[in-house]
Amino acid sequence: MKRILGFLCLLLALPVANARLTIEITQGSEGALPIAIAPFVMQGVETVHDQDAPAGVIAADLARSGRFAPLPIDTIPAQANGPDFAYWRQAGVENLVLGRLRPGAAAGEMALEFQLFDVSSGGQLAGYRMAVPRGLLRHTAHRVSDVIYEKLIGERGAFTTHIAYITVGDKDGERRHHLAVADADGFNEQVILSSSRPLMSPVWSPDGRRLAYVSFEEGRSMVYVQEVASGRREVVAQHPGLNSAPAFSPNGKHLALTLSKDGNPEIYLLRLSDKTLTRLTHSFAIDTEAEWAPDGRSLVFTSDRGGRPQIYRLALDGSLKPQGRPQRLTFEGDYNARARFSPDGTRLALVHGEGGRYRIGLFDIERSSLRLLTDTRLDESPSFAPNGAMVIYATEVNHRGVLAAASVEGNGRQRLGGSGVDVREPAWSPYTPRNGQ
Amino acid sequence: MMEKTMRKALLAALIAALAAGCTPKDDDEKGDPVVIEERGEGGDATTGGAQTGSDTTAEGANLSGTGGMAALDDPASPLSKRVFYFDFDRHEVPEEDRAALSAHAAHLAANPALTVVVEGHADERGSREYNLALGERRAKAVASLLKLQGAAGSQLQVISFGEERAVAPEHDEAAWRLNRRVELLYSGN
Repeated sequence: MKRILGFLCLLLALPVANARLTIEITQGSEGALPIAIAPFVMQGVETVHDQDAPAGVIAADLARSGRFAPLPIDTIPAQANGPDFAYWRQAGVENLVLGRLRPGAAAGEMALEFQLFDVSSGGQLAGYRMAVPRGLLRHTAHRVSDVIYEKLIGERGAFTTHIAYITVGDKDGERRHHLAVADADGFNEQVILSSSRPLMSPVWSPDGRRLAYVSFEEGRSMVYVQEVASGRREVVAQHPGLNSAPAFSPNGKHLALTLSKDGNPEIYLLRLSDKTLTRLTHSFAIDTEAEWAPDGRSLVFTSDRGGRPQIYRLALDGSLKPQGRPQRLTFEGDYNARARFSPDGTRLALVHGEGGRYRIGLFDIERSSLRLLTDTRLDESPSFAPNGAMVIYATEVNHRGVLAAASVEGNGRQRLGGSGVDVREPAWSPYTPRNGQ
Repeated sequence: MMEKTMRKALLAALIAALAAGCTPKDDDEKGDPVVIEERGEGGDATTGGAQTGSDTTAEGANLSGTGGMAALDDPASPLSKRVFYFDFDRHEVPEEDRAALSAHAAHLAANPALTVVVEGHADERGSREYNLALGERRAKAVASLLKLQGAAGSQLQVISFGEERAVAPEHDEAAWRLNRRVELLYSGN
């Protein structure tokens, strides 16, 4: 029995050790800061996998942000005798990163040291030594990227956060839908749910420990909440009709969701502790895709009560009771849907349809102005990075569903694609205690 | 069949229990994935909507012997039309489809043991959750026409898949037209 047990465990663990998304920078940014990250010196440690080499991980992180233009690593001369600032000034580089890996305090651990220099003055802007727990070299490199980003841009980096998304592919003639989580750069993909039936609408809890999503595994839509670490999950909505579009309140205690049990799709509030339901909208139209303002005092949602889908905002009081009637926010274009708040609550990323194209727009709430962030035609499911600097979204390239990300400033773009699968509905995780410093 | 379902349920429970007992191999940040297989027939109408599962095919074969189902197999009958198409972001049933729907309503009224899943779908454009709601609205438009003409509410089950189950995978109007649809999926006993 024990051997069978072991075999089954291995089987179930298989999808975890696996594929990853590949990243391609499709558009560099104007005004990106030129920076050189020298290959890290290996001092008394075994060589590491090329794909995990810290300089490469850091350069890729910074390039993806759209705010940096790292020099190709193979053009960077060895810095054996310390930084040669005269050389770098001539090369037009503003900042230089040098680093090394050496044995750590505990067996199996390494220590990573790095210095960030201002090339023009020759001064050191940052210098850190970090323990590298076994298996977490990439994670430590992402922490270095966070430090560099914060020092030079003045905002917190989001390189140690995660993304969740849905993949759909055919395996052995059968359709498989996966809910996966990965590092923000697409590495370390781990499938946390697999189904032969559609999965959709993953969203993170504010503490980054749970995901809510819609699954059709029972033949119709139901809303589930699953702990990421343990895989433990529960059905939280299985009413007649639609059970869909979950969104955690900022304190994590409520879900806003869409139910059609009373006739047509309306927004409801579900208290997770006792599953108490409160209906928030009343219209004969479709009301769906609720999203909480970061302060928890209002919801935005998609409604076609005016004829076409547009974004409306419903104010809530301190006890989450609706205040007045929903106010229409968007008027530009004939289709605005599935809004997501920027972390500072001033902007919405949304799906903007006009002239048969569906692109990601950034809507400034105060100014009531819309700026298009993308220029493709089937873009959907935008999600802000927790520092607000990037928006990840789903699009279609060469008949495949892929993820793409655009920097909010600087127009940098990148693409994350799986091999042989459609990837969709990305949700960028919040900051979590683990990736705080 | 009951016994088979029970066995499947037991196996699923066993696998779930084993999965819970497994120690993740290395980085224990994430648990093992939850694996869901297509459920067996189990007699519930909700599985009738499946287009891919082999279990669904078996179900159809079982049922084609009944009188009510046989009429559906006649290509000359208006009942052979069981997929209805819609304009973009619309849910009105086209005028030319009303006669076929009337025939389905009459057929359901005459065969009260028959049930039908009214399955709504949308094309891929725009947001997924809005499309899920749109698919339901289309399915409800069809269901209410069926009810108006004699089908009992208890014979109808409305389910929307939004854009999640496209029949045409391409990304152009020819495909989108086929995907904006409501399907009638009969079963009976």
